[in-house]
Amino acid sequence: IMADDKDVLRDVWFGRIPTCFILNQDEVTEREAEPYYLLLPRVSYLTLVTDKVKKHFHKVVRTDDVEEMWLEYEGTPLKWHYPIGVLFDLHASNTVLPWSITVHFKNFPDRDLLHCPSNSVIEAHFMSSIKEADALKHKSQVVNDMQKKDHKQLWMGLQNDKFDQFWAMNRKLMEYPTEEGGFRYIPFRIYQTMSDRPFIQKLFRPVSPEGNMHTLGDLLKEMCPAALPNDGEQKRYQVVIHGIEPLLETPLQWLSEHLSHPDNFLHICVTPVPSD
Amino acid sequence: MPVSLLWAVDVYGRVYSLSTAGQLWEQCHDAQMEFKRVTAAQQCCWGIACDNNIYLNVHASDLPVRYQEETYENQRWNPIDGFSDRLLPSDRWQWSDVTGLQHQPLDNFRIPSDSWEWEGDWYADENFEGEPTEKGGWTYAIDFPATYTKDKKWNSCVRRRRWLRYRRYKAMDTWAKIPPQQTTLPDPFSDISCGGWEINEEPRGRLSLWAVSLQGKVWFREGIYHHNPEGSFWEDIPLPGEVVQISCGPGDLVWAVLWEGQLMVREGISRDCPKGTTWAVVDSPNPDVGATHVAVGNNVVWALTKDNKVWFRRGVNSHNPCGSGWISMVGEMIMINVGLNDQVLGIGSQDRAVYFRQGVTSSELSGKTWRAITVPRDGDRSHSSASAGSLQSAGCYFCGEVRAQSVVSDVESDTEKGSTDGASCLVASSSPESFVDSPATASSLNSSLTENQERPQERAFLLVHQSGGPLDPQWSNVDLEEAQGHPVQTGAVLDSADTCSLSSVATYTLAMEDPYGADEHPLWAWVSGGGCSVDSHSQLNWFNSMVQSVQSMNLSVTPAQTAAWRRQIFEQLSERTKREIDNFRHYEQAIEQSVWVKKGTMQWWRDWKPHKWIDVHFALEQFSGSEGNKDGILFIYYNFYEEKKYLHAFINEVTILVPVLNDSKHSFAIYTPERTKQRWPIRLAAATELEMQDWLALLSDSCCDSRVIQGPPSKQAIWSVTCKGDIFVSEPSPSLEAMPYPSPCDQMFWRQVGGHLRVVECNSVGIVWGIGYDHTAWVYTGGYGGGIFQGLSSSTDNIYTQVDAKSVYIYENQRWNPVSGYTNRGLPTDRYMWSDASGLHECTKTNMKPPSPQWTWVSDWAIDYSVSGGTDREGWQYAADFPASYHGYKTLKDFVRRRRWARKCKLTTTGPWQEIPPISLSDVTILPCAAQSSVDVVPLWAISNKGDVLCRLGVTTLTPAGSSWLHVGTDQPFKSISIGAASQVWAIAKDGSAFYRGSVSPQSPAGDCWYHIPSPAKQKLKQVSVGRTSVYTVDENGNLWYRQGVTPSYPQGSSWEHISNNVRKVSVGPLDQVWIIADKVQGSQSLSCGTVCHRLGVQPMEPKGQSWDYGIGGGWDHITVRGNSMEPPRIHLPSLTAPAPQSPLPVRNKEVNGDAVGC
Repeated sequence: IMADDKDVLRDVWFGRIPTCFILNQDEVTEREAEPYYLLLPRVSYLTLVTDKVKKHFHKVVRTDDVEEMWLEYEGTPLKWHYPIGVLFDLHASNTVLPWSITVHFKNFPDRDLLHCPSNSVIEAHFMSSIKEADALKHKSQVVNDMQKKDHKQLWMGLQNDKFDQFWAMNRKLMEYPTEEGGFRYIPFRIYQTMSDRPFIQKLFRPVSPEGNMHTLGDLLKEMCPAALPNDGEQKRYQVVIHGIEPLLETPLQWLSEHLSHPDNFLHICVTPVPSD
Repeated sequence: MPVSLLWAVDVYGRVYSLSTAGQLWEQCHDAQMEFKRVTAAQQCCWGIACDNNIYLNVHASDLPVRYQEETYENQRWNPIDGFSDRLLPSDRWQWSDVTGLQHQPLDNFRIPSDSWEWEGDWYADENFEGEPTEKGGWTYAIDFPATYTKDKKWNSCVRRRRWLRYRRYKAMDTWAKIPPQQTTLPDPFSDISCGGWEINEEPRGRLSLWAVSLQGKVWFREGIYHHNPEGSFWEDIPLPGEVVQISCGPGDLVWAVLWEGQLMVREGISRDCPKGTTWAVVDSPNPDVGATHVAVGNNVVWALTKDNKVWFRRGVNSHNPCGSGWISMVGEMIMINVGLNDQVLGIGSQDRAVYFRQGVTSSELSGKTWRAITVPRDGDRSHSSASAGSLQSAGCYFCGEVRAQSVVSDVESDTEKGSTDGASCLVASSSPESFVDSPATASSLNSSLTENQERPQERAFLLVHQSGGPLDPQWSNVDLEEAQGHPVQTGAVLDSADTCSLSSVATYTLAMEDPYGADEHPLWAWVSGGGCSVDSHSQLNWFNSMVQSVQSMNLSVTPAQTAAWRRQIFEQLSERTKREIDNFRHYEQAIEQSVWVKKGTMQWWRDWKPHKWIDVHFALEQFSGSEGNKDGILFIYYNFYEEKKYLHAFINEVTILVPVLNDSKHSFAIYTPERTKQRWPIRLAAATELEMQDWLALLSDSCCDSRVIQGPPSKQAIWSVTCKGDIFVSEPSPSLEAMPYPSPCDQMFWRQVGGHLRVVECNSVGIVWGIGYDHTAWVYTGGYGGGIFQGLSSSTDNIYTQVDAKSVYIYENQRWNPVSGYTNRGLPTDRYMWSDASGLHECTKTNMKPPSPQWTWVSDWAIDYSVSGGTDREGWQYAADFPASYHGYKTLKDFVRRRRWARKCKLTTTGPWQEIPPISLSDVTILPCAAQSSVDVVPLWAISNKGDVLCRLGVTTLTPAGSSWLHVGTDQPFKSISIGAASQVWAIAKDGSAFYRGSVSPQSPAGDCWYHIPSPAKQKLKQVSVGRTSVYTVDENGNLWYRQGVTPSYPQGSSWEHISNNVRKVSVGPLDQVWIIADKVQGSQSLSCGTVCHRLGVQPMEPKGQSWDYGIGGGWDHITVRGNSMEPPRIHLPSLTAPAPQSPLPVRNKEVNGDAVGC
């Protein structure tokens, strides 16, 4: 089936991860906590979409024990400020679905996680990412030309899962002068499970000085050569974006335009190939 | 192609020209008076001014207009004197023309008009047949008449010489009255058309000028040449009927429209006979609908019929000037004109915009489409061109200078009073007028104040006739005469009626629909392209139609390609869906989709020009907001050049929903802070009234939900009333009066309360009184909702039926003709037989509907004799012409008359209001102070409809209606009253002076005596408001005054200090906060009349404040902030997290304030 590039945007936006939330066994409950099942949007943030989860478990947890909710997968506290899809691809891409996430109301891991007292914190984080991305792409010219309500539209689009609303505005952030062939720099972040660094983020142009379009392979070669297989060697790492593995020859500019998250960053997860 | 000009006249009679190279209508500032019509040629423009005289504007050029006068001096020889002026009795005159038959002494030569001047004195022509004579120019002959030679011979008995003098036409680039006819014309001119410059090979300057008089006669101006641009005299052209309008093309085409609706074609026009010989009659394009207008060019004829349809005449040419048949064209026009190269211009009947016919070529004379000319006028306060630099600041109507009273405004303020009673409050603002503080334009603003809603011509006419001496006593008596018919002249209630009619100046269809989004686009009355040299190839910059940047749904779509990497992505995404979603579709979605979507079709007043109603799909999506409250987004889906687009607004950003009912549209306006700044709301119209009410109620609920507002207004609430009588209430936040950063007042959220009032006043313990259009007093019951708000959004108790009444006026217009005298055969091109006050719209007894579907008739039409200027016994007012000054008796110069008919209508609605019979009120005021307990008596003062001052006894929070009235004696009727927090009572008397009431206290609630306080110099005060200590007044010229020197020991104060102009009404609150209704406020897209403004920088030590902040507006009439005693927080820290515009207002309906006012 021949599809349209616009459908890619739609597929990316409507990506969902089936998730099963289980209450941490250490939590003191008044009765047994049923697991809670949800389809989480890949492009959203955990704390933005788990109000229902919180309410569900609040019913059974002793109220005086309730602190800020946090989530964990197989011992890894999940950072709410990473997109949900990134958390999944990074930590759980080879798990059996649904993704099983443990819910905590005690012992908030302050060293690992940021607090998230309200949605306005998520909004601030989201908007700062967009601004950072536009600084790379257009020297902030597009985002600064927008009005406050336009910013609001981007955020409301994400918060309410309104694809049309979001893209009506985000479209402007994805424009570039035809003669330049792409953005100034590609806003990207490369996450690796095997690294202590949270992610790699450097300046990288979509077009080479010779005028060739840079590819995903070009980016990795420069930023994360370990992710690439050596000649004749078996593939050790998979390079995952939105749960898929694009070919290394895919133009980076196209990826940035079509497979970026709503925060306008291309989030690339490099994980070890699972050993069978 | 050289630059040339398109000429036009707007409905106010101002003349503008638009250059083919320009993008601005430039006002012809030279025009001292207003014009009715203009007709242009390339070298000049003719016009009929409002004084019914014809004026000529000759454009300056390199070729001066000079005329050589000559005369001959004749002498005869005799033996004694030699050559001398002693001639024989049989000889010619001593000074004569060349033939000797005409006596022509030097001092018989006069310049034909003031437009000419002599270039020098007379001199003898030294030359003869091209050679110098060297003898003083004498030439010799044997006898008269004979052959002259330059040499004197032995037999030379007579001699003569030529004297020359040049006169020059000096009135270049200015409107100059053409010399009057020797025999005065019987009646004024009503139409004019020039052309004919291509009939013969005369050098540029020869013109045919045709004119029509009010009685339907046609006149031809003889003798217009380059050296005689004014022509010589009018020649009466015999006619088979009465003509109403005429059009003359550049060549030999002349068509006219007859009274009965047929057309006439002038035949026999040729180079030797430019005025033609006979008339041929052509039937109207539509046998049922007569023609009203015709326009001819070189080879084209266009016509309009009474239904404003446009027609094109086929087969017209020099040999067949009658053509062969009519073709119906698209468009509805009230006026049409053919310019050079057969290019066509029209004025739209709905929007009164000038349209240019695009695509007219010699092979396609009917053109392709109408295109509105969208360029702004110079002097426009704002316009739609993209240049941001031209946008004025919102404060441009405020200035520090005292607005002076002029003779004109004097007359008008008298005129307006009598007749606004009953408030023909059809429309709010949208007067396209801009004004600056120069006397000339100020008067044209003032003219818009009159209820007569006449064009400024009327005023100018008045000035012309009255400037010489004192005002005609008839005018100064108007006040008294009116006083008998209407017990009360003025007062707050009537003042609001005045402002209503001020805003109702524009009674055009467009404006009637448009009270809340004032459209500043010019309204044109006449256009002439006779001097405008364009053709189908011309590059014109007249159509830079502003297209709003709209969010398009278009995403950049690149064609699908087959590259492996792309295929891989598509395939993998598809696999991902199967893997991650398909098996889990039964799972709950993390983000709830819109809880509820309501969709419908509506019409939207589109944002780009030309503005018009277009069909749109409308949807309200409601969902649970981030903090648990309900929220929503409304979407308007529309087509833009066949592309689907949408516009949206977040419910939590909507600041007000305003119903805009009239007889043709069930519409409402939606404002956000941004839209308020633009003065350009989203305007929507539903198909039926019921549908509109459903939407309004739903949207209103949604807005209140998102802001967590429910129940009755708080005691601190700010109340306001629109010119339609709709009541709105806003909950003030503590930061509203914060220093130094109060929350902007365009972010205030207003919700509607049922009922219909003209005035509402409150205080901070929750006592609220209102006054209806019929002067009935009402007290607020503590409920909410009513009107269109039912169910959950309305309280079940405390809602009562409310009835209000007012009058609607129409005018019957007649024209005099010599056969039957005054008859209903009016001038269709000038004015309808039955019209509104402006004459621009047909309003008959049968087609006139009540102002909106809410109103129903309660009486039949009756002649209204209480019109300013007086009437005769049948109610007629007479004038020389429409529109002019009317008087109540007929004179020989009067050719038109009109009379006003009134019909009462009634509105029935519901709201939280209970009537307080039986006394009718015009103003009311309540002590702005917190009562200590529910039984404490709260002072309440009022002015009765007759001007009596009243004091209400027994008013407490438990019994807000009080028990009885106490009459407070005065020497004269009063019109406005206000009581301050320390029981200081101030009032305005009918003569415009102020009074302070002494010794008012709980023990002596009515005080003991009045202290007279003179008004500011030369100003008549009309309204007063007293806060904690501040005393503010507004005068009839819109100036706001602050009372200086008020102290506890000297409460009357010492002097008035001018604070601002551009003010209609003031409300001073218990914190001494100052709020006004501003006359005009300019937004980035439009201007609004009747706008809520907040005085910034008011502090205890600085009670006068510094500047204005602009809030909701466009049709607002009244505001009271006297309930808001909520002290601002001492230190105001801007919130770090919540963005200001969305910050929800604080909890409502809470007893926030116990000790607010130190009273």
